Amino acid sequence: MSILINKNTKVVTQGITGKTGQFHTKMCREYANGRNCFVAGVNPKKAGEDFEGIPIFGTVKEARAKTGATVSVIYVPPPFAAAAIDEAVEADLDLVICITEGIPVRDMVKTRAKMRGRKTILLGPNCPGTITPEEIKIGIMPGHIHRPGRIGIVSRSGTLTYEAVGQVTALGLGQSSAVGIGGDPVNGLKHIDVLRMFNDDPNTDAVIMIGEIGGGDEETAAYWVKDNMKKPVVGFIAGLTAPPGKRMGHAGAIISGGKGTAQEKLSVMESCGIKVTRNPAEMGKLLKSVL
Amino acid sequence: MNIHEYQGKEIFRKYGVATPRGAPAFSVDDAVAAAESLRGPVWVVKAQIHAGGRGKGGGVKLARSIGEVRELAAKMLGMTLKTHQTGPQGRVVHRLLIEEGADIKKELYVAMVVDRAQQRVVLMASSEGGMDIEEVAAKTPEKIHRVAIDPFSGLADADAADIARKIGVPDALVGQASNLFKALYKCFDESDCSLVEVNPLIVTGDGRVVALDAKLNFDDNALFRHPDIVAMRDLDEEDPAEVEASKFDLNYIQLDGDIGCLVNGAGLAMATMDVIKLYGGSPANFLDVGGGATTEKVTEAFKIMLRNPKLKAILVNIFGGIMKCDVIAAGVVAAARQVGLKVPLVVRLEGTNVDLGKKILADSGLPIISGNDMGDAAQKVVAAAKGKSPVPA
Repeated sequence: MSILINKNTKVVTQGITGKTGQFHTKMCREYANGRNCFVAGVNPKKAGEDFEGIPIFGTVKEARAKTGATVSVIYVPPPFAAAAIDEAVEADLDLVICITEGIPVRDMVKTRAKMRGRKTILLGPNCPGTITPEEIKIGIMPGHIHRPGRIGIVSRSGTLTYEAVGQVTALGLGQSSAVGIGGDPVNGLKHIDVLRMFNDDPNTDAVIMIGEIGGGDEETAAYWVKDNMKKPVVGFIAGLTAPPGKRMGHAGAIISGGKGTAQEKLSVMESCGIKVTRNPAEMGKLLKSVL
Repeated sequence: MNIHEYQGKEIFRKYGVATPRGAPAFSVDDAVAAAESLRGPVWVVKAQIHAGGRGKGGGVKLARSIGEVRELAAKMLGMTLKTHQTGPQGRVVHRLLIEEGADIKKELYVAMVVDRAQQRVVLMASSEGGMDIEEVAAKTPEKIHRVAIDPFSGLADADAADIARKIGVPDALVGQASNLFKALYKCFDESDCSLVEVNPLIVTGDGRVVALDAKLNFDDNALFRHPDIVAMRDLDEEDPAEVEASKFDLNYIQLDGDIGCLVNGAGLAMATMDVIKLYGGSPANFLDVGGGATTEKVTEAFKIMLRNPKLKAILVNIFGGIMKCDVIAAGVVAAARQVGLKVPLVVRLEGTNVDLGKKILADSGLPIISGNDMGDAAQKVVAAAKGKSPVPA
């Protein structure tokens, strides 16, 4: 078992004909059961064609009807990416994973408002995607560092997810699923949502939660963990040394008005029973100590 | 992206948000001409820098004659203005705003931001205008009123009026204030703002509601659809190293330490700074080269880091996913050869094609110190920056 996706998931790729979409679709297809999972692409101008044998449809709705795809992954350029999410939501997909970085916040505010009351779950945008090792990889993470196991990983940062995965794998452990929720201020799944899923997943024993400066989502998740989580959670927050008022690469990584500091997040997490480290090189070690 | 107050007010006027009459000035003569075109008998000379707290720092002065405007302008242009937001080095004033004086009856506060938890734009207002709003939020949070705005129907009349009453706008002016709030939201929405702040919003003696200040920040991700706003960018207000880096699509932020960092990914880049600090060092910069770094980008990144006179060592920390380690290694070697390695260089490579990458570094013959993992690399670079020669791994 795993969360969000597994070897039976059927995926439609929005933006399959662009350079990024092509590259990553190939990599994802080569990973584990990818050949059976990546069943459709969408491009209204290229409907009827195919990408390396993957049929291209004019709309997400049609792709879903013809192939049974229930999950989409989006590599569409930023000006059009929110509309691509809207289309997947209107097609009632279960899950939309938006990799695209640089979507205007205003577009996301509108897209999120349209999603209220709909069944579709959004992961991202500006995220690496998610992977269930040896089953399926949807996104841009390097597959080979992962190993099947019982540790859940959830992070706002792509490369820090890889760092945590690498450390867990190096210690002889593996991951149930690793989920990148993305670095944008207005996004879909948050730490709390993914922690809930790991809590309910019988094949996850413990979770590494990685956050960064900006916003208050880590604190919200920490309070939830205190009251509800049945499994150990360890954490790291990036940005203890980040200056206030500066956007640190991610659109959402900014300390504004003295709020959203790493110190504040770490304190709340600790007060909620989450073991934290201030050393990103020791996330794996800390995790192992609580098993 | 940030703009100056006078530019913000120009945008406000387009949306029908009332502002005092005024004009920007880049020279003393400009300032005098601007003052002459206004009514008087009182003028306000306002230093234009991208930082708050200008009044307390001596950047906002009242003039009672054209002669006084001339004197103040001469004094302010070229002066280094220090406020709680500029840092100890301050900012040099290159531009002024000359405005007509206002008859202030009441000072209020109004702002709009994107609330991340609600995922909506929120109108925030307070009766405590002219003060540091963070202080108001900390000491008297009950004096800040908020309402979330529906992205499709916009700010509702009833909500706007309700907020206006709560912050003490006189009954007769509630309609005027509501219209101003609605215009502000239209401005926020159509311009892709990330912040609009008016502090203070004033009620004048003759019964008008006027934006006496204008602070606007824009969503960098949306600038592609606002060339008019991009044209307002003032490079004098930005760190020269950061401006240079932005030309090469590098995410660079100058800090005050002595260890340069070159990392892929924003989270890992922050974590690298943190781990350097943890081991007793001090990062000189934040630098995310992104997923698609080329040899050229890496070379430029090295050049920018090496321009920093404080620099004592460099740490390259790469977890190759999409970015292959051999590509980064080749870039590092090329950059080191081209710009010359004046300081110790520690490289930690992990991920895709790591062995190939390490071989390229080893074969280069350059005195590169190899880090086995993030912790090891950080300890080695901290030691190197302190002049201790670590044992190359």
